[in-house]
Amino acid sequence: MAGLAASFGSGAMTNDIAGIKKADVIMIIGSDTGAAHPVIAARIKQAVREGLTKLIVIDPKRITMADYAEIYVAQRPGSDVAIFNCLMQVILQNGWEDKEFIENRLEKFDELKNEVMKEKYSPANVEKISGIPAAKLVEIAEMFAKAETAAIFYAMGITQHTTGRDNVMSTANLQMICGNLGKAGGGVNPLRGQSNVQGACDMGGLPNVFAGYQSVTDEKARQKFEQAWNCELSGKVGLTVVDMLDKAYEGSLKALYVMGENPYLSDPDQHHVIAALEKIDFLVVQDMFMTETAEFADVVLPAVAYAEKDGHFTNTERRVQRIRKALNPPGEAKEDWEIIQMIANKMGSDWSYRDARDICREVNELTPQYGGITWERVGRTGLQWPCPTDTHPGTAYLHKDRFSRGLGMLRGIEFIEPDELPDEEYPLILTTGRVLQQFHTGTMTRKTSGINRLAGPMVMISVDDAESLGIANSETIKIATRRGEITAPAFVTRKISTGVIYIPFHYKESPANRLTNPALDPVAKIPEYKVCAARITKIS
Amino acid sequence: MKIIINGQEIEASPGETVLNAALRSGIYIPHLCYHPRTGPAAKCRACVVEVEGTPGLPTSCNLPVREGMVVSTDTEKVKNAQRVVVDLALSSGRHDCLSCEQNGNCELQDAAYYLGIERPSFHFEQERYPIDDSSEFVYVERDKCISCGRCVVGCNQNVVNEVLNFANRGFETKIVFDNDLKMGTSTCVQCGECVQLCPVGAIIDKNARGVARNWELDKVETVCPYCGVGCQLVLHVDRRKNKIIRITGVEDSPTNSGMLCVKGRYAFDFVGSSERLTTPLIKENGKFREADWEEAIALIADKFRLIRDEFGSDALAGLASAKVTNEENYVFQKFMRREVGTNNVDHCARL
Repeated sequence: MAGLAASFGSGAMTNDIAGIKKADVIMIIGSDTGAAHPVIAARIKQAVREGLTKLIVIDPKRITMADYAEIYVAQRPGSDVAIFNCLMQVILQNGWEDKEFIENRLEKFDELKNEVMKEKYSPANVEKISGIPAAKLVEIAEMFAKAETAAIFYAMGITQHTTGRDNVMSTANLQMICGNLGKAGGGVNPLRGQSNVQGACDMGGLPNVFAGYQSVTDEKARQKFEQAWNCELSGKVGLTVVDMLDKAYEGSLKALYVMGENPYLSDPDQHHVIAALEKIDFLVVQDMFMTETAEFADVVLPAVAYAEKDGHFTNTERRVQRIRKALNPPGEAKEDWEIIQMIANKMGSDWSYRDARDICREVNELTPQYGGITWERVGRTGLQWPCPTDTHPGTAYLHKDRFSRGLGMLRGIEFIEPDELPDEEYPLILTTGRVLQQFHTGTMTRKTSGINRLAGPMVMISVDDAESLGIANSETIKIATRRGEITAPAFVTRKISTGVIYIPFHYKESPANRLTNPALDPVAKIPEYKVCAARITKIS
Repeated sequence: MKIIINGQEIEASPGETVLNAALRSGIYIPHLCYHPRTGPAAKCRACVVEVEGTPGLPTSCNLPVREGMVVSTDTEKVKNAQRVVVDLALSSGRHDCLSCEQNGNCELQDAAYYLGIERPSFHFEQERYPIDDSSEFVYVERDKCISCGRCVVGCNQNVVNEVLNFANRGFETKIVFDNDLKMGTSTCVQCGECVQLCPVGAIIDKNARGVARNWELDKVETVCPYCGVGCQLVLHVDRRKNKIIRITGVEDSPTNSGMLCVKGRYAFDFVGSSERLTTPLIKENGKFREADWEEAIALIADKFRLIRDEFGSDALAGLASAKVTNEENYVFQKFMRREVGTNNVDHCARL
């Protein structure tokens, strides 16, 4: 999101789900859409099937969406910036760019041009870097640039790299020079991976911003919240998840309050996470279940499930939708806001929310994008932010006549290799992700036994690698990296490139994040889950 | 434009079908193969009507409205024709309503009720196919299938999973998965689109069988707790048992148009799981013991205050959540910033 905020001034999916059918070409890169966002995948497949859209898929795995693609290519994980620079070089060389859009809506075009026109991004060179044949790169560039409207969809395959922000800004660069922003069906579309990750960001669940992306370092924003909340506020940017655990490990972070998250399984380098959680003086976990993280807690508080409360989730296309209470919570479980209010008041404060509706009203007052998204107006179809006033219809796609920051900012981005590359000791690239049937750390999906029978732990390896090591399908093997080792049954398949292995991260018995590299993107602070060096061995 | 159905003047729009205009105006015409999301197929012929000046009985599901059109849906001629169609459908399978899961929610039953058919007039072979319960979540009873084709269209054109199809011809027609494999061994991903579209009890939610009658369940619209697409759900809830029995997709939702994935539709056992936390827990000597809210909250408030006063606000941090509501996240960051005094707030957006 940091990448899009820099390029456009707003870090969210620019377009909407309905727009899928208005795109002439869709590029999916770094998203196993069929597994992680199945209903958006269905919409894209419909568009292809109905002859509305041509699909380009770039992914190290031959994902189901590849079956619907006009062009499918597998890249070496971590080579995305080189690929985008190459596509832009081909486009500029052939004059396929949108000159009017570049002239009127963008800045720093020369800076971009200076970088992407370098010889190292020629199709021949990028073939060497990415493994994608040069001719295919040219073909992709042509199909994409010549489309009247083209969209890019991506997910964590783009962001979870030490160059995550560079990757994101590269998608933005390509879409800007092709003039695919500010119109229906185009856009840069990061698919959000959790039901309310967009809402958690919008509401200020981030170390640098209050609700509505109002910066904590901005004097005016701070004053606004100081006045509304009647208090003094810190202007110092806070710690990100990964930083928090580092500080806990070092001993300077004494207390951690965790609401509905499970860093034990979701954070990189599990051994380090465990050491950090053990060191924290006082850990409070508020959850539906005794999660792996909760086991480390000093106090565990029972929270209610989505079906037991009222409120709103904001989906990936910025649509705020109502969630409605259908069941009574078990035992003494309480809604999260109620628990937080109890703690606040016990600490001597003066909170008096009666229900989620009261909170929603305050959100409307203090969050400009949500100004008109009131409890009363959301209705059955929801409203897409920005929706600043009571009469505003909501916004299907962003940056229509101008970017949030005025002009769209192009940036020359140099290709940098991932933090950890394969070597003799660890000769394979390990990449991680999700499967269709399971979700995140499995806290919810793994309670349904049928789901577990459909999808258990596995490591996907290529037929070539399996044969050279004498590994049979479903044989349990050992996977090791510099940070640890796990075992999992091998899934031997032609769907993954030679030299690459893939492990879904849902399973505590085969935790992929015991293996992953905690190296971070320097700005976005996202860990490099998609590339690290690994070794597999038979268990004799 | 205006059309007349059963003497009633109805405002219709060009391109609309007679069936749609009628249903929209509260006039029921039996229909089995038509569904708004699979479109007109004009196969079952239960929706025939009479149109003044037109010979024969056209199917209304694919009949476009014309200015001044005069339509009758309830003459004896029409109803007799509809009766034969529905009677044949009822005769050609094992449509035993008593313990059928779709009882009260069955479009064939609705049609029979409307036409006053008490029992089928013909006696055909009723038990021809073994039940296919090989899939984890979907139960297929082909003897109840009326070959309407909605599931086939749904699987191929809506979710585009391309697993379901028809095999054979005439009376031998049946739905098949891939190359006539059992559902559980086919490439089916169990999204349940076919279950949602089936007008009868032929394809149903396996784990909801025999658990509750449709009319006993409250329907509550909400949003899926899994990925960020934000599919709208209908929770079918048994209030007395305080339990979700099944989940369907909201048909007219702008995000999912009724479609769901296997997680959204079937992975809901966690809500009623016996592993849910029901009381606050405090760790003492490495072991958790139950506590009441008063004690737990007091302990947390004391500790947070102590740590803040001794080590400063930035010695505390909080993780908000990508899985709870906007309101709860808002309040969480407000708590960390206002009461604790730190911007150490984050969540797993990056993970």
